Amino acid sequence: MKTLVWVEHDNASVKDATLAAVTAASKLGEVHLLVAGKGCAGVADEAAKIAGVGKVHLADDAAYEHALAENVAPLIVELMSHHDAFIAPATSHGKNIAPRVAALLDVMQISDILSVESEDTFTRPTYAGNAIATVQSKDAKKVITVRGTAFDKAATSGGSGSVEAVSSTGEAGTSRFVGAEIVKLERPELTSAKIIVSGGRALKDAETFQSTIYPLADKLGAAVGASRAAVDAGYAPNDYQVGQTGKIVAPEVYVAVGISGAIQHLAGMKDSKTIIAINKDEDAPIFQVADIGLVGDLFKIVPELTEKL
Amino acid sequence: MKLLVPIKRVIDYNVKPRVKADGSGVDLANVKMSMNPFDEIAVEEALRLREKGVASEVVVVSIGPAKAQETLRTGLAMGADRAILIQTDDEVEPLGVAKLLAKVQEEEQAGLIILGKQAIDDDSNQTGQMLAALLGRPQGTFASKVEVSGDAVAVTREVDGGLETVSLTLPAIVTTDLRLNEPRYASLPNIMKAKSKPLATKTPADYGVDVSPRLATLKVVEPPKRSAGVKVADVDELVAKLKAMGVAA
Repeated sequence: MKTLVWVEHDNASVKDATLAAVTAASKLGEVHLLVAGKGCAGVADEAAKIAGVGKVHLADDAAYEHALAENVAPLIVELMSHHDAFIAPATSHGKNIAPRVAALLDVMQISDILSVESEDTFTRPTYAGNAIATVQSKDAKKVITVRGTAFDKAATSGGSGSVEAVSSTGEAGTSRFVGAEIVKLERPELTSAKIIVSGGRALKDAETFQSTIYPLADKLGAAVGASRAAVDAGYAPNDYQVGQTGKIVAPEVYVAVGISGAIQHLAGMKDSKTIIAINKDEDAPIFQVADIGLVGDLFKIVPELTEKL
Repeated sequence: MKLLVPIKRVIDYNVKPRVKADGSGVDLANVKMSMNPFDEIAVEEALRLREKGVASEVVVVSIGPAKAQETLRTGLAMGADRAILIQTDDEVEPLGVAKLLAKVQEEEQAGLIILGKQAIDDDSNQTGQMLAALLGRPQGTFASKVEVSGDAVAVTREVDGGLETVSLTLPAIVTTDLRLNEPRYASLPNIMKAKSKPLATKTPADYGVDVSPRLATLKVVEPPKRSAGVKVADVDELVAKLKAMGVAA
């Protein structure tokens, strides 16, 4: 199978999420990449060095600068006339673009895959990760998004792909990029962070939440998350919420501080590689999923931990 | 301008889904069902646009079993004007749903279609994008702010690392993210009033859409249980573990 992988980038460098998608694609056969953007020839050169990459399609045009789905989808559909599968990382770009491509190709997308079982069979989480479905696609072409934390990252060197320019399909003319507030966060972004420190209702109030959780997060270079209870109580803004109705995360390390571990919350973080729980209640459900647990008063433990790191 | 809001009846988000022992799926018998939380946000946004005078009518539509009527009545009780049920007992995939909604849009000619960003049962996050593709219209996914002015809608989107704003020419498709609004509760009088609001019932065949599934679900299993962890006695031991994992220097 020939697979086309969407390269996630910021017109300057390849984003990590792409590397996991390349690994997933390599399980299907030949891997081609698509670098679409404006002034992104450097990105294509970088992408060509990714291990296992055959060809890099470079679409350099103002229409692709902001990865607007309306402009990018027709380009991908055109390239799909000589590819068997399209794979995008399950990032906000990938999730925005891939289903549009799938519908234009009249195929069902397979979202957020966890594994490749065979050329047409994949596993994916449903019900917020409470059920893992094995699905087989009957469509001639596959459109897939890949959960980044479920696949190893392909090496960024050792590849020798060839870069080939493809012509632009132009502006669709129905959408326009206005602006972005890509805030240079002091901390990593929640869904892509390697480490997350998350606080729950036990943090008492917003000030305590900030003075307890933030220093530890900064020490670890971690993103800050919160349980729904903490968000509902106003300790943290709601885009911090980890859970079934919030963000679903799967970092390398998830530190749950003062979080009991309700189903709602576990659904959002139980695919984390290592879970560390700090809670004074040793019967809290969070300890059933935690790899490392520490029972005790978080107001003593967390400052001590921050101090000793 | 008319607003179209597709809504889905799903397992209530507070319920822990149980995987059936035979691996055929999730047990939905006698389980509490509700409107998908992201769809409540979509209905709320539509109602606010109507209250601002931007929209004149809010139509809710659902595809599913007869019981999806209850979900539509909830939408009507929140304040929607009328409802359409496309009744089927088969499970319809996002592509099929998008095709049916495209047909509904042909009839309704809504200026804006607002959907939830994903349903909490299949977690696909596809229908809105697919509908936009089939209609050849622009999409504003994961919206945290929606502002209609003239023949365009400015949508602020939640993207990895921040927010971005796009301007879309109407008609357009918007999918809601959690931050967009706080949905209202239906009051008892409004629940009573909703019972007499119009609800049209159709079938996929009425629209001539083939909704047969493209994906076969071979099996559904519980996620692997996490192996039991260890409890550490104090902070020093925790720090040592973190260092061993390479998390701390």
